[in-house]
Amino acid sequence: MRAALLAGATLLGLAGGARADEQHFPLQSYRVGPYAAGGTGFFGGFIDYLNLINSRDGGVNGVKLTWSEGETQYEVERGVEVYERLKSRPGIAAWNPLSVGIAYAMIDRITADKVPLITINHGRTDSTDGRVFPYVFPLLLNPYSETSGIVAYLGTRAGGLDKLKGKTIAVLYHGSPYGKETIPIYEKLAKTYGFKVEQIEVPHPGNEQQSQWLTIRRLRPDFVVLRGWGVMNPVALKTAQKTGFPVDHIVGNVWSNSEEDAIPAGDAAKGYVAITTQASGTEYPVIQEIVRKVYEPGNGNLADKKRIGSVYHNLGVLNGILNVEAVRIAQGRFGKRTLTGDEVRWGFEHLRLDEAWVAELGAKGLFHSINVTCANHEGEGRVTFQQWDGTKWKVVSDWIAPDWASLRPIIEASSTAYAKEHGLTPRDCAAEEQADAGARNTAAEHASAESR
Amino acid sequence: MIALGIVPLVGTSYLYEAILTPFLALALAGLGLNLLTGYAGLLSLGSAAFMAVGAYAAFNLSLRLPILPLPVTIFAAGLVAALAGVIGGLPALRLRGFYLAVSTLAVQFFVAWALNRIGWLSNDSPSGIVTAPRLVVAGISFEDARGRYLFSLAVVALLTFAAWRLVRSPTGRDLVAIRDHETAARITGVRVARTKLLAFGLSSFIVGVAGVLWAFAYLRTLEPAGFNLDRSFQILFIVIIGGLGTLRGAFLGAGFIVVLPLILARLGAAILGDGFDSGTLEMCQRIVLGILIVAVLIREPAGLTALLDRAVGRLRGRAA
Amino acid sequence: MNPDFAFLVEVIVGGLLSGVMYALVAIGFVLIYKTSGVLNFAQGAMVLFAALTFVSLLERGLPFVGALAATLAVMVVLGLAVERAVLRPLVNQPPITLFMATLGVSYVIEGAAQLAWGTQVHGLDLGIDDTPFEIGGVLVSRFDLFAAGVAGLMVAALTAFFRYTHTGLAFRAVADDPFAALNAGLRLPRIWSAVWIAAGLVALVAGLLWGARLGVQFSLSLVVLKALPVLVLGGFDSIAGAILAGLIVGAVEKLSEVYLGPFIGGGIEGWIAYVAALAFLLVRPSGLLGLRSVERV
Repeated sequence: MRAALLAGATLLGLAGGARADEQHFPLQSYRVGPYAAGGTGFFGGFIDYLNLINSRDGGVNGVKLTWSEGETQYEVERGVEVYERLKSRPGIAAWNPLSVGIAYAMIDRITADKVPLITINHGRTDSTDGRVFPYVFPLLLNPYSETSGIVAYLGTRAGGLDKLKGKTIAVLYHGSPYGKETIPIYEKLAKTYGFKVEQIEVPHPGNEQQSQWLTIRRLRPDFVVLRGWGVMNPVALKTAQKTGFPVDHIVGNVWSNSEEDAIPAGDAAKGYVAITTQASGTEYPVIQEIVRKVYEPGNGNLADKKRIGSVYHNLGVLNGILNVEAVRIAQGRFGKRTLTGDEVRWGFEHLRLDEAWVAELGAKGLFHSINVTCANHEGEGRVTFQQWDGTKWKVVSDWIAPDWASLRPIIEASSTAYAKEHGLTPRDCAAEEQADAGARNTAAEHASAESR
Repeated sequence: MIALGIVPLVGTSYLYEAILTPFLALALAGLGLNLLTGYAGLLSLGSAAFMAVGAYAAFNLSLRLPILPLPVTIFAAGLVAALAGVIGGLPALRLRGFYLAVSTLAVQFFVAWALNRIGWLSNDSPSGIVTAPRLVVAGISFEDARGRYLFSLAVVALLTFAAWRLVRSPTGRDLVAIRDHETAARITGVRVARTKLLAFGLSSFIVGVAGVLWAFAYLRTLEPAGFNLDRSFQILFIVIIGGLGTLRGAFLGAGFIVVLPLILARLGAAILGDGFDSGTLEMCQRIVLGILIVAVLIREPAGLTALLDRAVGRLRGRAA
Repeated sequence: MNPDFAFLVEVIVGGLLSGVMYALVAIGFVLIYKTSGVLNFAQGAMVLFAALTFVSLLERGLPFVGALAATLAVMVVLGLAVERAVLRPLVNQPPITLFMATLGVSYVIEGAAQLAWGTQVHGLDLGIDDTPFEIGGVLVSRFDLFAAGVAGLMVAALTAFFRYTHTGLAFRAVADDPFAALNAGLRLPRIWSAVWIAAGLVALVAGLLWGARLGVQFSLSLVVLKALPVLVLGGFDSIAGAILAGLIVGAVEKLSEVYLGPFIGGGIEGWIAYVAALAFLLVRPSGLLGLRSVERV
């Protein structure tokens, strides 16, 4: 027993050797199991972008980007194991688990280790409050702004937010903490805009939804919002067809918006609309460059080239852009070398990419903009809506801004409670911003000039 | 048994945090299930649910009665899990074998549903995932990697000793009597119904405490998804692979189930290189793990304990 | 028709048709349990493997019939291989060991399926239009009717097999009394092989129908969870029981979700079927059909 443990320890305790001027991205990826399709797309896109930066620019200002992968199968304990295994690698920039459960288990750990945790489009809503969660970044979109964005879009469909009055919206949610998270927000928005909301739970995994859709059929709602996950999404679309609900009145949330959610439903998905923070498709210059400079030499990460430009792949690329730009911005402040996790955190807190900068990165139209601050770790990401035409997604709306101001008090109430529970004192962002003000301007100009 | 006490006290935080602490928690769960399945012959697929009951009970007790010291909280959580076990074990009075096993799935799915549905249980946290309280006993913090491990070790050692006493007591003999021949046991005066429920209660107590360790000492968060059916199967694997009806079996089985995949992963990465597609690696690993499980069962259906005993016996024979 | 009543009928019809789908998976379990006393948890993995193989072959340009034939062949080989490599060496072991072995097998099959065909999700179109039609104000799904028809055909084929072929008769003899069957000179391994092949074929049918409903992806292996309460209610060893129990479970599940859900909270489908099956067994311990010897105290 003991010998086995010791042998195991020697075998497992291996860590990579240190090299100068490298920034490392440990990846808790999931390429196997129920969510593998999302994992391969997202981590594939992320790695593809890091590859592009290395091969095109020789890294970020000469600092090479490296990464290592550990398989989690989307399971929390495997994610923790991978964290413990990879955390000793030198020069870690940030963690990007793409899993709410794993992210939660890491919050204490990364805060102690002073490394940023990026939960793009998902994660803990109250971690938007950077005063309480200095190292956690739910970039672009948290569940509350997603809800607000969806309701804003339904408003445009109804012909104005005021026209939502008297309408009925059914929310079909996955029977999990994730699915339930937005229940109070829909209730709140229903009160604000005067529509009626019916929230219906689908038990995990959601491979059988006859009764839920019969209930919907009886309710005759104007719209159905699909807050689904994995197999629940195509089954919802199929069952909607089976019970005669028009598919173009179903709006999917950010985890119901991929090709993997629509394709299995076949024809039943034609006309389905879903929210997204990044458009899909390959027409954006940065994706074109990935095709030319990464895939053509045979270094692409996706096994199936047809998936280049898919929703998860583009989300991965976008995640790569945000991580790389944060490193670049931090370098502008701290120097062109391997940065510590805390320095990269500063970079994320000053991740302000306006439309011009986004265009410069070759991502115009791929995503809108981001504006992260010390207090706002989400960064005011805009959302857009896309419709499935049977083979691919097509953007059908403008970039919509969720109503952040009305959500902020709820977020702060929750983060304040967290701070109290854990005996934390929220940071004074104004003071920190002031101290940094001078440095930031030069950093931004500097980095912007060099980003080509 | 003794070897477990001499666990190396030197090691990286990875060894403690990612291997030894989960190993201890799962071994303890295996120990609990072994009382039920190995000794009393009752099959359960609800272990993960009892772990969840223990973990959430401990969370709520420490949240709402912060005055209780941690050991008391953990003990009380075990009692709550035991109660759930007795309720979940009621079908055992009528059913047996796979009918009973599948019936315990009712508990498994009901607990998952209730934890998800009743917000109060997770302190109305909007995302349903809650953070475990700190591991502090009598002012001494067990928050660092080694502390968490030692804390788990102490709990596991204590309960292992208790289980060891139990199986040698008259109650322990009653359990075995029911497993071996229920009618005969009844004739010899064993109160079958009471003993079966007792087996469920005792087993769930230990499994519930294992759930506390899993959530508090290892993951540091609680979410219902972590206690799903796969976890129940994992614990059943630990018991079967380790050896039914032996206390050592749970530890050997947990070693097999926790450590082996990690070694396979490292070996795979070492052979195929770091850059190798982690998904392909994982799938190969899964296949190898499945084959190894089947191989162990074919080679030694009585489990690793029997294999070990035979190996030791052979060594002794050679030495003599 | 009164709209409330029409809705009730709709819920029941939908439930019954879903129940047929559950029974379809349950039958695969029954075949193997009946002859060898094994609860074959790899059935779910076999369903996944069959559907994934079929759809991958289809996407690689094979015609429908060709893909079907090839998948059929693969499932036969798989069934034989599992029986030969795993079950035969474990003969006479306690049922729990066999159960665990089938779990190990499910790891291997799932791993191999994803390794061979990738982790992509696929749509599967069997060419049945799933627009609903109305009978007296009640919506009925065309696809579910088709699935029920296929299930009926399959049960008829299995019944014919057991009644009129030599192997089938031997199978029933083994199921009734393995020792007597051995004495009569029946070759058990041959029958087990036949049963595993049959279970593989049932997995293929279930895989195609469920695959068309869910899309072909990893979660397909989770459909076994829908089959387990059916097995408790109908008995692990009765095909007729599985069908009847499937219908009951389907209807109970939908009725309670729709009518009970609003009172105790939605999403109860995950466990209500188990509770209903248990409650039934407590009231009537001899089981649904009253024929089998339930393992009870």
